[in-house]
Amino acid sequence: MSVIVRTVSRVVAPVALAFGAYVIMHGHLTPGGGFQGGAVVASVVALLVVAFGCERWRKWTHVLLPLEDVGAMAFVILAFLGVGATFFRNVLAGSGGLFGAPVPQLGPNPGALNTAGTLPLMNWAVGFKVIAGLGAVVLLLALFGREDG
Amino acid sequence: MGNMPFVVSMILVAIGFLTLITRRNLIKLAIGISIIEMGVNLFLVSLGYVKGGIAPIYTYAPPEARAMVFPTPQALTLTAIVIGLATTALMLAFAVVIYRHRGTLDAGKIRELRG
Amino acid sequence: MLVHAPILAIAVPLLGAFSLLGVSYINRTLRNVWACLIAAFTSAMAVAVAIRAFTEGVVVYTLGAASPTESVTAGGFPIRIVLAVDGLGAFMGLIAALAGVVAFIYCFQYLREEEGKSLGLSLLLLLWAGILGMVYTGDLFNFFVFLEITSIAACALIGYRVWESRPAEAAFKTMAMYTLGGLLVLIAVGILYGEYDALNIAYLSKAITGSLLDRLALGLLLGGLLMKAGAVPAHMWAPDAYGEAPAMATIVLVANTQAAIYAILRVVFTLFGGALASPGIGWLIASLGIATVLVAVLMAVVQRHLGRLIAYGAVSQLGYMLLAVGVGLVARGGFGEVALTGGIFHMINDAASVGLLFLVVGAVRRAAGSVDLPSLGGLGHTLRWEAGFFLLGALALAGIPPLNGFASKFLIYESTFRASPILAALALLASILLLAVVVRAFQGAFLGPRAREASPAPRGMLVAMGILALVIIVFGLFPGFFIERIVSPAVQAVLTGREAYLAAVLGG
Repeated sequence: MSVIVRTVSRVVAPVALAFGAYVIMHGHLTPGGGFQGGAVVASVVALLVVAFGCERWRKWTHVLLPLEDVGAMAFVILAFLGVGATFFRNVLAGSGGLFGAPVPQLGPNPGALNTAGTLPLMNWAVGFKVIAGLGAVVLLLALFGREDG
Repeated sequence: MGNMPFVVSMILVAIGFLTLITRRNLIKLAIGISIIEMGVNLFLVSLGYVKGGIAPIYTYAPPEARAMVFPTPQALTLTAIVIGLATTALMLAFAVVIYRHRGTLDAGKIRELRG
Repeated sequence: MLVHAPILAIAVPLLGAFSLLGVSYINRTLRNVWACLIAAFTSAMAVAVAIRAFTEGVVVYTLGAASPTESVTAGGFPIRIVLAVDGLGAFMGLIAALAGVVAFIYCFQYLREEEGKSLGLSLLLLLWAGILGMVYTGDLFNFFVFLEITSIAACALIGYRVWESRPAEAAFKTMAMYTLGGLLVLIAVGILYGEYDALNIAYLSKAITGSLLDRLALGLLLGGLLMKAGAVPAHMWAPDAYGEAPAMATIVLVANTQAAIYAILRVVFTLFGGALASPGIGWLIASLGIATVLVAVLMAVVQRHLGRLIAYGAVSQLGYMLLAVGVGLVARGGFGEVALTGGIFHMINDAASVGLLFLVVGAVRRAAGSVDLPSLGGLGHTLRWEAGFFLLGALALAGIPPLNGFASKFLIYESTFRASPILAALALLASILLLAVVVRAFQGAFLGPRAREASPAPRGMLVAMGILALVIIVFGLFPGFFIERIVSPAVQAVLTGREAYLAAVLGG
């Protein structure tokens, strides 16, 4: 791609990464969450593939595919945490520890990041799964469509 | 006007089915199915709309009571979008495999499986 | 732990599917052991759920609640996702467990390492989790999600042989049909949610009044599920998929198709059981069933590809089940019960006989390198066990007396005859024609002069086929015992269990 596209991609990519991370991180407070943030980050992969060609990102598939497994496993294991009561039970909410702070009162407030128990962790698990899965789909389809495969 | 989103979603579904019937290119078939999916997603998300409702986020809610839109259809739509993404990706992957073997995407020419 | 059995039967194969790939990076033996452990645990959980459901009634498990039975929050509204397993769901879980275990025993020596064995095992676990989820869930949207999980995993398995062009074509076609069917189901779910603001099957069942929108939702649900099941106007994908999928996946695909029949039963008898389950719908399903039987058997006559021939046989068996469901709906008491007993018993018989035939076809493809009937012949000289298993499966498929297919088909004929003698005669005729087709296929492939060299299947594959052969013979010799123990609770759950299902989920 032309030098304009490549330069703009260099500028946009970090911003999009940061925005994706924000959307995942605040999934339990604002619209968004693991899938949406992951899709934003995966769009960075698509941007890089378009701007710089897919060949130089080929070795990333070895990182993305295991990461996808890790994300999916983390989600199921987080759901298993609640099995003392029931599967998917939110055991961390309100416990005072990680993501266990009390929820603020209703009404306009910025929300507390340290709430909602296992939900933020699940958002991160889904986020990693979607980043890796969607990124790998984009990358592999681009690689697969080439003549030499 | 309240039924407009439903009408539009059904038009989208009809366009998708029309694509499936009239087109023979595998990529276009995948696009047709995606259009139907979008129509269904629009249908689902518009089910939860309440006239004048605000986004269902409790920490952003104004002090005075106001109607909120239903959050459940939004969750359903999101799940349906994720599933649609997976099916579309899989169909495109198969289209690529078929193209690599047969050198064409024309559904009429690749039919090896008949009868 | 047994309290959590329903969710463990779904979550453990899901976890196994994802962890299997990670384990496969470490060591292949470890991966095989891990896969065996997951498969054994999953089937044990399915059996545990079945025992509980058969002895104690409907098993309810609420996700995310303080206790598994707390399905309804204050105010009497089921806000959480529930799993509700009655006799029918438990019976389908048993079929899925049988198919999954056999597929796993078979595939360790069937799949080759260099062809992506880890991915095949992983997808098989995913498909298994999806089927168990479909039959256990008590939530309509959750059902759609599991339906799509099975669609995606099944199509990935159908297109497993990416180095050939035909599997990809079959997988594309199947994916298109599955997705369209799934979207019809999703529109119906949306309509029901828009009307009643709920997704819980029990709550919806209580609320449904039979309005025009309800009729529309019923039609869309039936249409989508019949597409997924492969009934006649939408059967084109089934022979392609069964013919091209790897053999171990095919038996799970058959279980998947039966899960769609389960869903039809659940929709017609539980969800719309109060308001809309009219004999007219029964006649519609029955006529689609008989059309499926006839079309599939007539198409089987002209096949030259052994896999596709058996695949059309599988589609025809599905027609018998639909016929039984239809007749059961036409006459809910009396001979309808006989029809449903036959239809539900036929599901497990069909999984055994069709599954056995597909496994033999897979062994033939592996041994002889081809499943094209004109180029085969005399395989029985070297593949003795396979020949015996094929003959057993073929006779069971056609419903010859001492085998299990006869027991269930006889019940279907008997009850159909009382509903409509013409339908029964057509069904019987199709069965005879099917017998001729499969015997001719047996003769063409296994008898006669030796056409090509072939090496017998490894022991693991023979064990898997042996299990199914054992099921065929035992179910054929003692049909009364099994009907009383496992089929009858399922039939009762369909016919009279709606009140108990509603009470178990909604309380009171």
